[in-house]
Amino acid sequence: MSRRVRSVLFVGSALAVFFVYLWAARGLPRFGHYQGPYGDVINQVGVFERHATDLVTAVNFDYRGFDTLGEEFILFISVIGVTLLLRQQPEEAKDEQDNMAKNDESLGRDAPEPSDATKVMTLALVGPLVAFGIYIVTHGQLSPGGGFQGGVILATAPLLVYLAGDYKTFQRVASHTVVEIGEAIGACAYVAVGLAGMAGGGLFLQNVLPLGTTGNINSAGTIAVISAGVGLEVAGGFVLLMHSFLEQALSLRLRSKQ
Amino acid sequence: MSLLPFAIAAWLFIIGLYGVVTSKNFVHLIMCLVIVQSSTYVLLLAIGYKVGGVAPVFAGVKVGTPAVDPVVQALMLTDIVVEATVAALLLALAVQAQKRFRTLNPDKLQELRG
Amino acid sequence: MTTQLAPLPVVIPLAAAGILAGLNKFTPRRLADIVSILVSAAVLGISLDLMNAAARQPILYWFGGWTPRSGVALGISFAIDPVGAGLASFASLLVLSAFVFSWRYFESVGTLFHALMLVFLAAMCGFSLTGDLFNLFVWFELMSAAAYALCGYKIEEVGPLQGALNFAITNTVGAFIVLTGIAVLYGHTGALNLAQIGRALGSDSSPIVIVAFVFIMAGFFVKAAIVPFHFWLADAHAVAPTPVCILFSGVMVELGLYAVARVYWSDMDGPFAPHRMALTSLLLSVGTITAAVGGMMCFAQQHIKRLLAYSTISHMGLMLIGFALLKPAALAGVALYVIGHGLVKSALFIVAGILLHRYATVDELRLHGHARRLHVTAGVWVFAGLGLAGLPPFATFLGEAAIEDAGEKAGQGWVWVVFLVSAVLTAGAVFRVGARVFRGWGTRQKSARGSKEIADKPETTPSRRGVPPQLFGPAAVLAALALAVGVTPGVRGVAQTAATRMADAAGYQAIVLDHASIPVNPPPVEHVFPMSSVLRGVVATGLALALAALSLSRYWRREYIVFKPVRGLISGLQQVHSGHVGDYVALLTLGVAAFGIVLPVLMKLGL
Repeated sequence: MSRRVRSVLFVGSALAVFFVYLWAARGLPRFGHYQGPYGDVINQVGVFERHATDLVTAVNFDYRGFDTLGEEFILFISVIGVTLLLRQQPEEAKDEQDNMAKNDESLGRDAPEPSDATKVMTLALVGPLVAFGIYIVTHGQLSPGGGFQGGVILATAPLLVYLAGDYKTFQRVASHTVVEIGEAIGACAYVAVGLAGMAGGGLFLQNVLPLGTTGNINSAGTIAVISAGVGLEVAGGFVLLMHSFLEQALSLRLRSKQ
Repeated sequence: MSLLPFAIAAWLFIIGLYGVVTSKNFVHLIMCLVIVQSSTYVLLLAIGYKVGGVAPVFAGVKVGTPAVDPVVQALMLTDIVVEATVAALLLALAVQAQKRFRTLNPDKLQELRG
Repeated sequence: MTTQLAPLPVVIPLAAAGILAGLNKFTPRRLADIVSILVSAAVLGISLDLMNAAARQPILYWFGGWTPRSGVALGISFAIDPVGAGLASFASLLVLSAFVFSWRYFESVGTLFHALMLVFLAAMCGFSLTGDLFNLFVWFELMSAAAYALCGYKIEEVGPLQGALNFAITNTVGAFIVLTGIAVLYGHTGALNLAQIGRALGSDSSPIVIVAFVFIMAGFFVKAAIVPFHFWLADAHAVAPTPVCILFSGVMVELGLYAVARVYWSDMDGPFAPHRMALTSLLLSVGTITAAVGGMMCFAQQHIKRLLAYSTISHMGLMLIGFALLKPAALAGVALYVIGHGLVKSALFIVAGILLHRYATVDELRLHGHARRLHVTAGVWVFAGLGLAGLPPFATFLGEAAIEDAGEKAGQGWVWVVFLVSAVLTAGAVFRVGARVFRGWGTRQKSARGSKEIADKPETTPSRRGVPPQLFGPAAVLAALALAVGVTPGVRGVAQTAATRMADAAGYQAIVLDHASIPVNPPPVEHVFPMSSVLRGVVATGLALALAALSLSRYWRREYIVFKPVRGLISGLQQVHSGHVGDYVALLTLGVAAFGIVLPVLMKLGL
């Protein structure tokens, strides 16, 4: 199909879909007047039942925890997919050896060394960032946060190391095998918590840990444990993604001194 | 105009798809897919919104104050992180396309047809 | 006790996949193979047990212990009925066969392949067993992500990239459309549990409900490869490794149709009750077009895996026709057809894989006469082809007869024509390939694709000796099963019970929300088939064989006037299947727009 025909066909169909979409939206409750029972019931009972103040996390890891298990595995599988798709081919290993002799290479691009200011700033930020990430992961049941958000923050710490140095340092800080195992542990931890719920004769993903007091960090039972597991998995997943993409990066910076 | 948030969601959906259909670069195409995805987020959030409602976090807030729907926020939250990784998967395919074909243009990838 | 097993078909493969992936650098290949086979066998056993238990009373399992409060479901449930458990069993059977096949077939593959396949299995099981709409979407996404990775597995070659990109982009758009429909439905009913939505909707057929269903249907029809959402299927099948093609054609696309059926029968039967004819007309037309397009493109193909992919599209059209009748008896036919088709299609793909393994090509013309010595493989190919044509008493015939019978009772007595045409075209193509490749019949022709060969590199190193039994064994077993299911006494009764249960919306809602216990009373199944059905099955097979023979004879080369418009139509269709993802998405949007306009118009017209 020529570009013109395709565009015309699409624009016509899209306009129709747009109007159908709006025609349906007229039947939705007026914007700002959410009526449905689901959210309201959870807002009423969530704090009492789970001793958690952040109900979004409670929904994610407890009420609809089974969904989140599936979502976590989508992340897991996508990371595996990326690792497989960007795996090194035999002919690429040979290219890399040729390139290693030179300083900065690949397609004739010269990447400059990071400036001292960059190095200082990024390395100084690594510590606070890790602390902040752990804070977000562990306080998921109290305030907005949780495993997913905290995990992504944690994953940026090795990235800062890469910005300060080079790929070799990045590989040392976040070794591929260790991160892979860590990510798998995070994923299996979620399943394990679910099975622990079954072990006592209960149902899968039943919240079997003591619920503690509301507002305390030690509350909400399994929600905190699942949050930690998810944080580990998400952080590991994103670091593995970075590994795959950075290895492929069309400008690889190698330092001849090290 | 109370249809505006939903119209925005519909518009994002359409314009993202337009980008996918007419794109000449796979990376651009995948970013347009991310725009289509964000239209679903806008729709979900618009559905769960309550005028004057607080966030569904009751730390220091009395239970019983009208709060927005936590369920849609929970659905969206995990979805964002997950779709980022699916986009990474697609981008990995695009990277390989650049390496093998030396092109990112969908018009030039014509091995499979008929 | 059986209720306790409910989450296991999902949990066990996920756990195994996590462990295999984490330890993939330390696990030897054979260990991964053994673990995968054991896990899929375990899932098969558990799913069959669940199916058995669910036949008496659907199994309800609330995750986390969140039972509904006065009709509001707080948590996620598995609502396992025989159809769902049956699909989970079927999926695990095909995954098991794929693992057994890849034991010998895939020589150099890391354990990440096993992790991907196990997660794929878990997602398919979760998809079939769930009773929550968003949970359905989550497993749908997981299934898709694993599928994209598996499709692009052989990145060393040129084709898989394009196939995987087309697949991933179109299916992602489909997923977003489904999510939009789910969001709209949630906004209207405030619920995500299928039973609760059904109860909340009652018989509300306002525009919002219609459009929500249109979006959900269109999005799932992308997965189900219904025209005009089907373009990705042939590209993906052409390049995915053979064990993966087995799963794609055997069960993944059928699950797309299952989702639409599940949402319809749990939630939409009430709203559409006065307008069933509108929906039936729309879906019957779409199904017929799909069957026709798939059949024509199938016959015109010379790449064997693409040929089989187009035949899947054609048969999906037939299954859609079965669903479109909106009757439990037809649904029972669809269930039987899914099983029969999945089994024979898997067997055919395995044989295609064997040809690729030995001759490094799946181009029909290039393979002309090469496989003369592969007698057993040829036998399996022809046997599966007979199953594809719907020869009695294969399971495909049972399904077809049930659908045609339900069609007559519903006033759509013409559906047998579509079944016949599709069978003749697709099975005819299969027989033609069999004759050309395994017997060397027909005139030798140069491959029209010229010297530029689509990446048909072997998936493993070819062997000089005969085909090892681990390779044709799974194909023979699956094809034999297709016949065995067809002759098993009582299988039609089982399908009828399962379908009646699935179509009972009020019962489903009562069981899930009220802890009720509802028996099911399926109509009795006649013991003898009308002679006309049997005759149609035999005639279809005969015509398919005749078409194959005709297409190989020298008369085929002459330009008959009557063939010219057909030739034009086919070449026009081939132009549309351009391989360009922008075209695919544009046509997809056209399909959504068409559904969104035609269905309300038909309903307004009083249908």
